[in-house]
Amino acid sequence: MSIEKVAVIGAGVMGGGIAAQVANAGIPVLLLDVVPEGAENRNAVAEGAILRMLKADPAPFMSKRAAKLVTPGNIEDHLDVLADCDWIVEVVVERLDVKQDLYRKIEAARKPGSIVSSNTSTLPLSKLTEGLPESFARDFVITHFFNPPRYMRLLEIVAGPATRPEAVEIMAAFADERLGKGVVLCNDTPGFVANRIGTFWIQCAIVEALDRGLTVEEADAVMGRPLGIPKTGIFGLLDLVGIDLMPHVDRNLAETLPADDAYQAIRRELPLIAQMIEDGYTGRKGKGGFYRLNKAGGKRVKEARNLATGDYAPAGKAVLESLQASKAGGLRALVEHDDRGGLYAWAVVSQTLAYAASLVPEIADDIHAVDRAMQLGYNWKYGPFELIDRLGADWLAAHLDEAGVAVPPLLQTAAEAGGFYRIESGRRQMLTVDGSYADLPRPEGVLLLADIKLRSEPLAKNGSASLWDVGDGVTCLEIHTKLNTIDPEVLAIIKKAIDITGKDHKALVIYNEGDHFSAGANLGLALFAANTALWPMIEDMVAQGQKAYTALKRAPFPVVAAPSGLALGGGCEILLHSDAVQAHAESYIGLVEVGVGVVPAWGGCKELLARLAADQKRPHGPMPPVTQAFQTIGLADVAKSAFEAREKGFMRPMDGITFNRERLLADAKAKALLLAEGYAPPEPILLSLPGPSGKAALDLAVRDLRAKGMATPHDETVADALAEVLTGGPDADHIEPIAEDDLLKLEREAFMRLVKTGPTLARMEHTLETGKPLRN
Amino acid sequence: MQKTIVIAGYVRSPFQAASKGALARVRPDEMAAQVVRGLLDKTGVDPAEVEDLIVGCAFPEGEQGLNIARLIGFLADLPLSVSGATVNRFCGSSMQAAHFAAGAIQMDAGEAFICAGVESMSRVPMTGFNPMLHPGLAERYPQAYVSMGETAENLADKYGIAREKQEAMAVESHGKAAAARDAGKLSDEIVPIRQGNHTVDTDGCIRDDTTAEGLAGLKPAFRAEGSVTAGTSSPLTDGAAAVLVTSEDFAKAHGLAPLARIRSIAVAGCAPEIMGIGPVVATQKALQRAGLEMKDIDVIELNEAFAAQALACIADLEIEPARINLDGGALALGHPLGATGARITGKTAQLLQREGKQFGLATQCIGGGQGIATILEAA
Repeated sequence: MSIEKVAVIGAGVMGGGIAAQVANAGIPVLLLDVVPEGAENRNAVAEGAILRMLKADPAPFMSKRAAKLVTPGNIEDHLDVLADCDWIVEVVVERLDVKQDLYRKIEAARKPGSIVSSNTSTLPLSKLTEGLPESFARDFVITHFFNPPRYMRLLEIVAGPATRPEAVEIMAAFADERLGKGVVLCNDTPGFVANRIGTFWIQCAIVEALDRGLTVEEADAVMGRPLGIPKTGIFGLLDLVGIDLMPHVDRNLAETLPADDAYQAIRRELPLIAQMIEDGYTGRKGKGGFYRLNKAGGKRVKEARNLATGDYAPAGKAVLESLQASKAGGLRALVEHDDRGGLYAWAVVSQTLAYAASLVPEIADDIHAVDRAMQLGYNWKYGPFELIDRLGADWLAAHLDEAGVAVPPLLQTAAEAGGFYRIESGRRQMLTVDGSYADLPRPEGVLLLADIKLRSEPLAKNGSASLWDVGDGVTCLEIHTKLNTIDPEVLAIIKKAIDITGKDHKALVIYNEGDHFSAGANLGLALFAANTALWPMIEDMVAQGQKAYTALKRAPFPVVAAPSGLALGGGCEILLHSDAVQAHAESYIGLVEVGVGVVPAWGGCKELLARLAADQKRPHGPMPPVTQAFQTIGLADVAKSAFEAREKGFMRPMDGITFNRERLLADAKAKALLLAEGYAPPEPILLSLPGPSGKAALDLAVRDLRAKGMATPHDETVADALAEVLTGGPDADHIEPIAEDDLLKLEREAFMRLVKTGPTLARMEHTLETGKPLRN
Repeated sequence: MQKTIVIAGYVRSPFQAASKGALARVRPDEMAAQVVRGLLDKTGVDPAEVEDLIVGCAFPEGEQGLNIARLIGFLADLPLSVSGATVNRFCGSSMQAAHFAAGAIQMDAGEAFICAGVESMSRVPMTGFNPMLHPGLAERYPQAYVSMGETAENLADKYGIAREKQEAMAVESHGKAAAARDAGKLSDEIVPIRQGNHTVDTDGCIRDDTTAEGLAGLKPAFRAEGSVTAGTSSPLTDGAAAVLVTSEDFAKAHGLAPLARIRSIAVAGCAPEIMGIGPVVATQKALQRAGLEMKDIDVIELNEAFAAQALACIADLEIEPARINLDGGALALGHPLGATGARITGKTAQLLQREGKQFGLATQCIGGGQGIATILEAA
């Protein structure tokens, strides 16, 4: 059985979000909720949820079209439709009686073999299925999503003793392949995996900060970046998720964990937090929290709360010697330091890591599952066992012992064996509970460059990029600069990749495992050259980029780009020059050059025009592709998903979308091999462009924008240059199509004209310093 | 004039907001054909007697291209003997269609004409799909291509028309339209538009809850420091309208019930950057040709492309505001460019009959700097 139709019951934030993600994957989904008392519209709750989600930011839907796959309904009139559903997920209030009552109704309506799951985070599976028929328990699992379901990659699945193994397999495969989730199989224990450890860490970090008198800023500076934890640290995280959530989560764990659990020892009632909630200080959604944005006087000042007095003052940068020490000496230097930051770090880190080490195999079968849960569910860069390895398992065991803390047996084993993870003959292995090492699990269809890099040498390499052999005749070009920006070194590897792949391989994939595919050209280099008036150097960079990208397009083998995260500017232009794109669904693609006062000049204008002109679904004539490209590039319009990238023309209809990040390389490779059969590079194209007649029309549009106050003087200058390129230049006439090279020349000339202006340099400088665009 | 020419019938589709309205998915040729059928049904004229179908359309391309008039004739099952011509005078297109018919009747070149107009602003954008300007003209005389919103701002400046006055006009327009609708005064002229098993039979742009306070909160739509907002501009609209224009003799002979006689017609050009003042000269010419003065005119349909523009015309023509747009104007009803001329011509004729008045004026401004006017007399 495969899951082709889904029902989500409960249209709150989580239920709606789960329904949206199912719809994003292209699967029809029924969203049901109760009938509000006396309501005329009996589907009002579910319909309201869909409308709310269409406006929400960050968006639960990857495209407006996905929303159409969600059918709203109610649990009084539409239970019979459950008979068509392969998976029914319950996301209602955390009350056993309510859930069980619903399960009986579901059981009466659903078809045999369908899977039923609960998104509970607090109720054990054993209680949920108690008293329900065996037939129900066989098909029942817990599927615990994290908020927001589109963006948080973790899905915890809990099976019971009665659950049939195929139900778990089908559910896990669906969540992994279709919804793109990282599935962690958990045991039926309180808090499952991520929240069990996460809550311990949060409680511990609050209590220790209060007891040790750290400021909010200090605690977050220590608990965040140095540990590989998002910079919100601890108090910023509470503001983000809602401070009022804390007491519920804490009380639930306190009530369900045994009395001798270490959590019971560290937790305590926190009157400070209770008071904040009572006063409405629940975090970002309330009046503020541990931080708040003070907008008084028209300014936006970030303020932090004084934990002792409750007063707010402008947030300062934490100054601690231990933080300085950690920059050079890493995590161990931090926890070994004896200032209050170091002592705080040691207290929280040692207790949390020891707690995690004591929980395997109670909560999950292996340490890797626990690490993945914390990485995917709490966005930790390193899981607890990886953190232990960074400190040294033997070092931690010794120091715990020294401090009079019992060393968990698994940590003791790791200390003796030399760590929780190791690399053995090119394979990453983990310590198992029986003390032996085993390869990390890699399901079919998961191919990681990280694994390949452990067991092979690059075919070519410099400081900015490498070329790898990923098997079956396919090479992989990996950019590895900061934010994966593109510099002359990257261009050099592109050139080598074309030579090497052309000689003895079938296809090239462009892919990396950084957070972002590429944020674009290296702005710092361009600005440096501009500031010293090295114009020939800049022009050469433009020309070299055009040459490299054109060579990618003309290569005698297929090139497949596989983006994830940002693919902006020069990164986007790689996609536009590839034969095909296999994109991670969470790709953010756009030509954003105008933001720094230039136009795309590595073939971006030309390629987007060609894409739009070739799209039979758009209106015909010389102007529609020009107008569309002018809007997309002129407004630096960024697609916020791979689906939006298709709508905007950055991806073609036949380009693929992969939901699971870990499956992207394998999918891209398969696509490349498919294209390699009888491959012939695309023929050079000619474009019919409107010339000055079209430019006059675009000028008019820009003038109106200026009048409306929506464009700055320099916007007008940049738009003028862009319009000139897109309309084909002053000599173009739509009855005389022009060649790709002519367009590249126009791009180059426009770029050079703009880069020599003061306002463009000011934009570049501002963006480099602040990461934000300058409106001048 | 040798012959007397009459408006012998008037119908229109519901007017609905472009893109988000209920007619967005209806093709303009289909919509206009249903309106033409509605006109035949309502007047009872024998289509075999009709000389020509003249259709006004401001952007006759895409689904509005390929001589849409002929295609509407096929869709409406008109006899093949009825020819079809598409007319473009931007917003004045379908009033121009009536003028052409009147001219032809005077020339003994036909006795009965269906003069229709249509615009789907959802499906064909206001600049057309391929705006390609004459670069030399755009450089030397950019006013030729000036945006409509800009012309409204120019008039507001030139005539010192405060934002509040514009908003008061919009509130009044919505109020009048809502009252007319609620009193059932609009339903008679509306031909329901069917698509599949879906029928649209009411106007969609009228906002009953329009208030001066609400409008005061809107941002300027065209100029950062300007006074014209979306609330004081006619909305982008989908719609179609049609009038039956015949000689009085024909009407009598065929048992038709004329609404009004055409007394005089006129067009005139003006500076494009203040195109909204176009009705002034056109009206003055038409009045002179009719031997009438403004004070003689009892009911007036002055198209509200923009409140600022309509108020400037009212000032120059010294019109008594109470005589204008009795059932609301384009600010409330909407302005499907090609269809408006037929609507206000038919409306003026209808009002003369309904209100028992003698003289009526229908006039409108036209992009590029023009005005068009028609003076009617009770039949």
